[in-house]
Amino acid sequence: MRHIISVLLENESGSLARVVGLFAQRGYNIDSLTVAPTEDATMSRLTLVTHGNDQVIEQITKHLHKLIEVVKLQDLSESAHVERELMLIKVKATSNEQRDEVKRCADIFRGQIIDVTAKTFTIQVVGTSDKLDAFIEALKGSVIMEVARSGVSGISRGEKTLTL
Amino acid sequence: MTSQNTKTEMLSGAAMVIRALADEGVEYLYGYPGGAVLHIYDALFQQSKVKHVLVRHEQAATHMADAYARASGKAGVVLVTSGPGATNAVTGIATAYMDSIPMVVLTGQVMSHLIGGDAFQETDMLGISRPIVKHNMSVRRPEDIPYLIKKAFYIAQSGRPGPVVLDIPKDMTMPNERYPYQYPETLKLRSYNPTAAGHPGQIKKAVTALLQAKRPIIYSGGGVIMGQASEELTALARKLNYPVTNTLMGLGAYPADDSQFIGMLGMHGSYEANMTMHHADVILAVGARFDDRVTNNTKKFCPHATIIHIDIDPASISKTINAHIPIVGLVKPVLAAMVAQLEQKKTKPDSKALESWWQQIEAWRSVHGGEYQQDTPVLKPQAVIEAVSRITKGEAYVTSDVGQHQMFAAQYYKFNKPNRWINSGGLGTMGFGLPAAMGVKLNYPDADVVCVTGEGSIQMNIQELSTCKQYGLAVKIINLNNGYLGMVKQWQDMNYESRYASSYMDSLPDFVKLAEAYGHVGIRVTKPEELEPALERAFALKDQLVFLDIHVDPKEHVYPMHVPGGAMHEMFLSKTKRT
Repeated sequence: MRHIISVLLENESGSLARVVGLFAQRGYNIDSLTVAPTEDATMSRLTLVTHGNDQVIEQITKHLHKLIEVVKLQDLSESAHVERELMLIKVKATSNEQRDEVKRCADIFRGQIIDVTAKTFTIQVVGTSDKLDAFIEALKGSVIMEVARSGVSGISRGEKTLTL
Repeated sequence: MTSQNTKTEMLSGAAMVIRALADEGVEYLYGYPGGAVLHIYDALFQQSKVKHVLVRHEQAATHMADAYARASGKAGVVLVTSGPGATNAVTGIATAYMDSIPMVVLTGQVMSHLIGGDAFQETDMLGISRPIVKHNMSVRRPEDIPYLIKKAFYIAQSGRPGPVVLDIPKDMTMPNERYPYQYPETLKLRSYNPTAAGHPGQIKKAVTALLQAKRPIIYSGGGVIMGQASEELTALARKLNYPVTNTLMGLGAYPADDSQFIGMLGMHGSYEANMTMHHADVILAVGARFDDRVTNNTKKFCPHATIIHIDIDPASISKTINAHIPIVGLVKPVLAAMVAQLEQKKTKPDSKALESWWQQIEAWRSVHGGEYQQDTPVLKPQAVIEAVSRITKGEAYVTSDVGQHQMFAAQYYKFNKPNRWINSGGLGTMGFGLPAAMGVKLNYPDADVVCVTGEGSIQMNIQELSTCKQYGLAVKIINLNNGYLGMVKQWQDMNYESRYASSYMDSLPDFVKLAEAYGHVGIRVTKPEELEPALERAFALKDQLVFLDIHVDPKEHVYPMHVPGGAMHEMFLSKTKRT
């Protein structure tokens, strides 16, 4: 099953390598990974999407906890949460027909065209990973030149927080 | 970090390293100098509190420190230079990591501004050691050195212990740059706060389950040794009158001479221990991790048992075998709490069920009971270990290397005290035995320290005979010489129709002459009748290292042995018998 694990990590050199190393070393999967500092500059928040059975996920959270630099963590998928991923996608758009089609499609997905040239459109789409997958699928008729996805970021709904 | 007053001492980074070790109470530092750590060595030279032991290869330094930690419970400390100095220490760090041994390893590093530029003797030691340490850190500012050293000891020795590497770039130790020194007395980390006491509700549940058992067993591991909980374990077992088995790492936690002790369990465990485990209805696992060398096939593991698992590391619980009653905490307070609860309870163990359980166990005991062929013209390795056990009254520190001799030592030496059996259980590091014996002897000069080894393993760190001479380390080396890599040969006999691919140790040195060349005493034993007198002589030579080159039967196998892929109770009992 797919799990989204959010981790508060001491913002020290090598701490990210430790998390990634743990997954590589013990043969766990990383489907996506995002990391950036929080409002407190001494801490980073890392969001990791992984999959595995309950036993594997339990081991993953336990081993993450064991890392000295891990301050706190939470399996977001265990309760109500919001998740978003950002995608930048560059497509070929030369003819008027192509340009109209891509524009229409982007509108349907509430995407924004953030760069335009005579031959290309670059679109930004935000949503769940499924939605981004669907957008790529919808553009199958066009020529996709490049895709850059941020990986999933997430947060609990309501009062629940992952803070110190 | 802390407020600095006018009295604060000003020290160089190098001096701070040594001073912090002294303030931590470190007596010995095991290491080898080199370019990146010369400032530190110079600071070491200018004081007398911390003493340095110069090994002949960095791996030996790590094993010495490791063995000191296993014998004393306190972290051993290693100092090596950058590059090859650090990489030579890697095997020793991994050895300590696999057995959860506290160790602090200070590795030199090239100047900060050179890092990443492929400088001379530069290796990314943080990267290399990351998967085999509990934690690693590097010094970014010289003034952080006292804090980082405190942190290294704190992390290494608390929770589930393990090795910590501190990488020190050379420019952090410049002799002419001084900084205020103050060693922190305590340390608190927001991201690391290991649990100590177990959950009271879980402990209560465990006690109830234990009292309801009809066929109980206590299975204890290295956690009881490192957690210094041998006394509590013994008290609990005696109170309940339940059988006790120890893992390879846990030997000595419960006295081997006691009638409730049924031997080691696992791949080469005793028949009775493995049978008792398989048929048990309640297993109390204490500081043990259900290692593959214990469980055999996990799918067939102890099908009738309710499993209570006490461990300081939550990740060890339900990792390979699902625990029905998990208790996360230090084994010592948890066991003490269990004993206290038992004392207050009116319910007692089911004596009738226990009586028939013990009858069954006694019957199993008589099936194999560690038998081996007696009165043979060639010496049996088991007989050698039994003789050593007898002569040292089960009280020596026994270190071992890896292979058949290690298993014979574990099976036939009667360990009655904890912290006496020192071997590389998890990583299985050949070359561990001699440096380990040295580390123990240096710190316990009055104790008998025996290194049980083989002609394969001993040659992996034989250069340390020179270190032994330098520091007068009078260890007794029991070299069970059968001319083969015995355990490899055993597997080749059992699984490869005796095709001895590279398991034959041709061109062995004359170990007696070799010992003498290093300035020690060498004794060769080739006949059974020579054994006792040779051992008597060796142990009488209190101040000398004695290398006993004992020629033993090359055909001997270690039994019992788990049938691969089978359950706990499926074993080969000899070359011709199996369960």
